[in-house]
Amino acid sequence: MIKVEVRLFATFREGREKKYFLELPKGTTIIEILNSLNIEEKEASIILLNGIDGHASRELSDGDILSLFPPVGGG
Amino acid sequence: MYGYMGKILRVDLTNGTWKKEDLDLDVGKKYLGSRGLGVKIMMDEVPANVDPLSPENKLIIASGGLTGAPVPTSGRYMAITKSPLTGTIAIANSGGYWGPNFKFTGHDLIIFEGKADKPVYLYINDDDVEIRDAEHLWGKTLTETTDILKEEFEGCKVLAIGPAGERLSPISAIMNDVDRAAGRGGVGAVMGSKNLKAIAVRGSKKVPLFDEAKTQEVSQAKIKILREDPVAGGGLPAYGSAVLVNIINENGILPVKNFQESYTDEADTISGESLAEHHLVKKSACYRCPIACGRVVKLADGTVVGGPEYETIWAFGADCAVYDLDAINDANMLCNEYGLDTISTGATIAAAMELYEKGYIKDEDIEKDGLSLKWGDSKAIVGWTKKMGLREGFGAKLSEGSYRLAESYGVPELSMTVKKQELPAYDPRGVQGHGLSYAVNNRGGCHIKGYMISPEILGYPEKLDRFTLEGKAAYTKVFLDLTAAIDSIGLCVFSTFGLGLPDYVDMYNAVVGDTYTNDTLLEAGERIWNLEKLFNLREGIDSSHDKLPKRLIEDPIPAGPSKDHVHQLKDLLPEYYTVRGWNENGVPTEETLKRLGLEEYIGCIK
Repeated sequence: MIKVEVRLFATFREGREKKYFLELPKGTTIIEILNSLNIEEKEASIILLNGIDGHASRELSDGDILSLFPPVGGG
Repeated sequence: MYGYMGKILRVDLTNGTWKKEDLDLDVGKKYLGSRGLGVKIMMDEVPANVDPLSPENKLIIASGGLTGAPVPTSGRYMAITKSPLTGTIAIANSGGYWGPNFKFTGHDLIIFEGKADKPVYLYINDDDVEIRDAEHLWGKTLTETTDILKEEFEGCKVLAIGPAGERLSPISAIMNDVDRAAGRGGVGAVMGSKNLKAIAVRGSKKVPLFDEAKTQEVSQAKIKILREDPVAGGGLPAYGSAVLVNIINENGILPVKNFQESYTDEADTISGESLAEHHLVKKSACYRCPIACGRVVKLADGTVVGGPEYETIWAFGADCAVYDLDAINDANMLCNEYGLDTISTGATIAAAMELYEKGYIKDEDIEKDGLSLKWGDSKAIVGWTKKMGLREGFGAKLSEGSYRLAESYGVPELSMTVKKQELPAYDPRGVQGHGLSYAVNNRGGCHIKGYMISPEILGYPEKLDRFTLEGKAAYTKVFLDLTAAIDSIGLCVFSTFGLGLPDYVDMYNAVVGDTYTNDTLLEAGERIWNLEKLFNLREGIDSSHDKLPKRLIEDPIPAGPSKDHVHQLKDLLPEYYTVRGWNENGVPTEETLKRLGLEEYIGCIK
C-alpha cells in the first residue's frame, strides 16, 4: 500500500473535502483517483503531481501529493 | 467617424485654459486609441529627459476605440505619462465605470499640460468643461473626494488621486469609482505634481457605431463565449483573481518573504477560496462585463468595501509572511483610500522587512512610528500602509518604493524590482517565459502586459512546460503585442480567458468600421510595443535595464515544487531581441520600424 495526499481547489471543493489522505494499492493511477472523487478527467484542467504537471495516466508513488484544479484564471 | 468621439481635450493647467482638437482618425486607427495613441502623443510632444514630476511632463487620460461601446468588457481607460518610479513610459490601465462615462462626454482623450498654481479639478459635463478650485478636496481620501463631488454633480463619475499622489509618492495610483486603480508606475504622483486632484464626468452621448446590427450580433456571440468559458464564466466570477493563490503556491512559485522562498504551507489561509468563505459579500462587475471578477468584502469592523485582487493578497500576504485576510483587506482598503499601488506598497514593506531582518534598518529608525518590521506582523502591514499613504515618519521613506529604499542602505539588490518597479506575485525562477516578460517589460516589473502565466501555468490557450526555454521568446512577444492591442482598443485583458485575436478583430471592425485582420491587429500591438520601446531608449533606458534581480538569476529556489531552479534570462534575451527584429543591443532596426509603419521615428535614437 502507498500513502497519498490529494488536495482539491476552487469548485472541486463543492460537496467534497479540501484534502484527502488516502492509503491505496500500489499502481493506483491519477485517473482512478479522479473517478473515486467523481471528477471527470476533462474537468481537471490542471493536475499537479508534487507541483509538476502530471498526466492522468500516471501511477502514484508513496508520499505523493496530488493537486487538482478546475480551469482557473486571474492575474 | 465611428467608435471614436473625434475630440481631444487639451488642458493647460499653468494658464487655466483648455481647447478641443479634432482627432486625426487615421492616426487613431493606426494606434487603436488609448494606450497606443497616448504613447504616440508622449513620443511626439514630450522631449527626452524631462523630470516626470515637472510641468514639462504631460499626463494623458485616454479611452480606446471600443471603450464605452456595447461590446463586452468595454469599461477600460488608460493613464499614460513618463513614470517617476521607473523613468520609462507609464501605461496604467483601469476598469470600472469612469472610462466609458468620460467617453460619453464626447471626448476620446485628455492631454494635461503644465501645472496649476493651486489645487484644481476638472469637471466635464458633455461639451462643457470647467477647471475648478479643489482646495476643499485636497488631502481627502478617495471616498471623501468622490462623495463631495457626487453631491455637487449628481450622477457624475469620479477619477481622483489620494493623499499619496498629492504628496508625490512614486508608487501612487490614479483611482476611479473609489476602488478601481490605474495602479502602476506612479501615475498618481504625476497628477499630484500638476495640482490636479480629480476629474468628474457626466456624459450623455453614445459611441457612434459603424454597423449597429453587426455590433449587436458580434457582441452577443462574444458574451456567450465568455459566459460558457469555464474560467471567464466559472472560476473568475466564483473566486475572483485570488483563485490563483493556491495554484501558484502549489506550483512552488508564490514568492514568500521578498522572494527568499517560493512556497508556503499557509497559502490556503489567504486564498480566493478562503476569501469567498469568510469575507465575500458579493461580486462586482465593471461596465458591460459578463465576467464580474471584482470582490466586495466585509472588513473586520463590519465596513463593506472593494476587495483585494490576487496580486494584493500576495504582496501584503505571502511576501510579508502575513497569513491574515482581515489585515490584508484593511491594507487593500487603505491603498484605495490613499491612492497607492497595492503591489508596490506590499512588496516595499516586504523588502523593508528583509532589510530589517538583515540589520540594515535598525530599531531606532522605526521606533517613533510604533510599528515593527517583523515578518508576519499583521498590524505592521496595515500601519505602514497608512503611513505610506500619508507619507509620515518612516512611511515617507517606504513610499519611495523598494528600490530607492534598498539603495539608500547600499543594497539595491534586495529590491525585487525590474527598472525600479516591484515585481508581482510569481517567482520567475519557476516560469521562464513569464520571467522574460518581466525583464523586457516597457514599464518595468509587470505581470499583466505579457501574462505568460496563462500558457505556462493555467494552460491558456495551450499548456507549455514552464521550465523550458524553447519557443518562449516568440510566445512572449505575441502576448506582449496582443495585450498592447487589447489595452489600446479599450477592452479588458481578462476577456482573453475566453476570447482570442479573431474575436477582437470582429468587435473592432463592427464598431469602428475598419478592416483589421488577425495579422494587422496583432501588428498594431507590435507597433505600439516598439514605439514604447523607442520612448524608453530615448530616455536612456537601454538593454542594460532588461534584467532581473540578482537573487532570481543566481540563487536557486530553496524548497518546494520549483526547488533548485533559477531564471535563465541570458539564454532567452538574445532570442527575444531577434524575434522582435531588434539588434543585439535591443534596439529596433530600421527595417523593423519600416515594417511597422514607424518610419518617422528612424533616427530618433542617437
